[in-house]
Amino acid sequence: MPTARIRITLKPTVLDAQGAVVARALRDLGFEEVEAVRMGKYIEVEVGEREDARSRVEAMCRQLLANPVIEEYRVEME
Amino acid sequence: MAIGVVIFPGTNCEQETLAVVRDRLGYPARFVWHEETDLSDLDAVILPGGFAHGDYLRAGAIARFSPVMAAVAAMAERGRLVLGICNGFQVLLEAGLLPGAMRRNEGLRFINRFVHVRVERNDSPFLHRCRVGEVLRMPIAHGEGNYYADPETLAALNARGQVLLRYCTAAGEILPAANPNGSVEAIAGICNERGNVMGLMPHPERAAERLLGSEDGRKIFESMIASLAAAPAVR
Repeated sequence: MPTARIRITLKPTVLDAQGAVVARALRDLGFEEVEAVRMGKYIEVEVGEREDARSRVEAMCRQLLANPVIEEYRVEME
Repeated sequence: MAIGVVIFPGTNCEQETLAVVRDRLGYPARFVWHEETDLSDLDAVILPGGFAHGDYLRAGAIARFSPVMAAVAAMAERGRLVLGICNGFQVLLEAGLLPGAMRRNEGLRFINRFVHVRVERNDSPFLHRCRVGEVLRMPIAHGEGNYYADPETLAALNARGQVLLRYCTAAGEILPAANPNGSVEAIAGICNERGNVMGLMPHPERAAERLLGSEDGRKIFESMIASLAAAPAVR
């Protein structure tokens, strides 16, 4: 069964407070090479076989899974 | 006609909201279950605070698909008053009835305490009982109240006078230290372009009696009710 793997993150223009705190914590642990951390959501959606599966999943992202005002999404189909 | 107080699974403060409107201010009010679709007996609706549908995915993201929301949108479209408090504000943003979005609080913590907000405009059906520049003391209780709008939206909000409340000091100064959650331009409350839909993060219903530590929130409900009395909704 095809699985859509969806990654949702805040847009680069929107401050990611969680990511900033985690980046600081990693640097405090001695990982000075850390320049930035961005946190987000990972969602797997299992869908039935259909030709327009990807565009349907992208519609799901636009309508519910992501908030286009502050978030962007990436879809991988497997 | 009456004011409806919507209850989603996970709503809180609906009792306080109904108590202010009906028992303290004497305006007819009733609860509205989120599956109701006929709101024709209502001339205004309030979406209270809480965690509608568990705030799963994002605050307000699922609530926006509750059956009642189509009727709420239709009321907004007809110019009826719609007030979203805290989680209700988040629902109105997700539903697209107000512009912008909420991020997690800048400090990442849930904040539950009294704050001060400055009234930016009083030519609003929700705030005409206040003076411009008046400072209201009300509690906030949220984890996602960090308001965001992109620069163009923000410019439009300011140009059209849609920013109604900003976080401030007790003296009314807009300072970073008085902004509890990192909201852009210290925004605590906005309205739509037409002015009949308002959302705010503070809880006016929790600050509507002296016993609760502040009566300032009552002015928002008084304004709303006076607006309904002055311009009764026509079916």
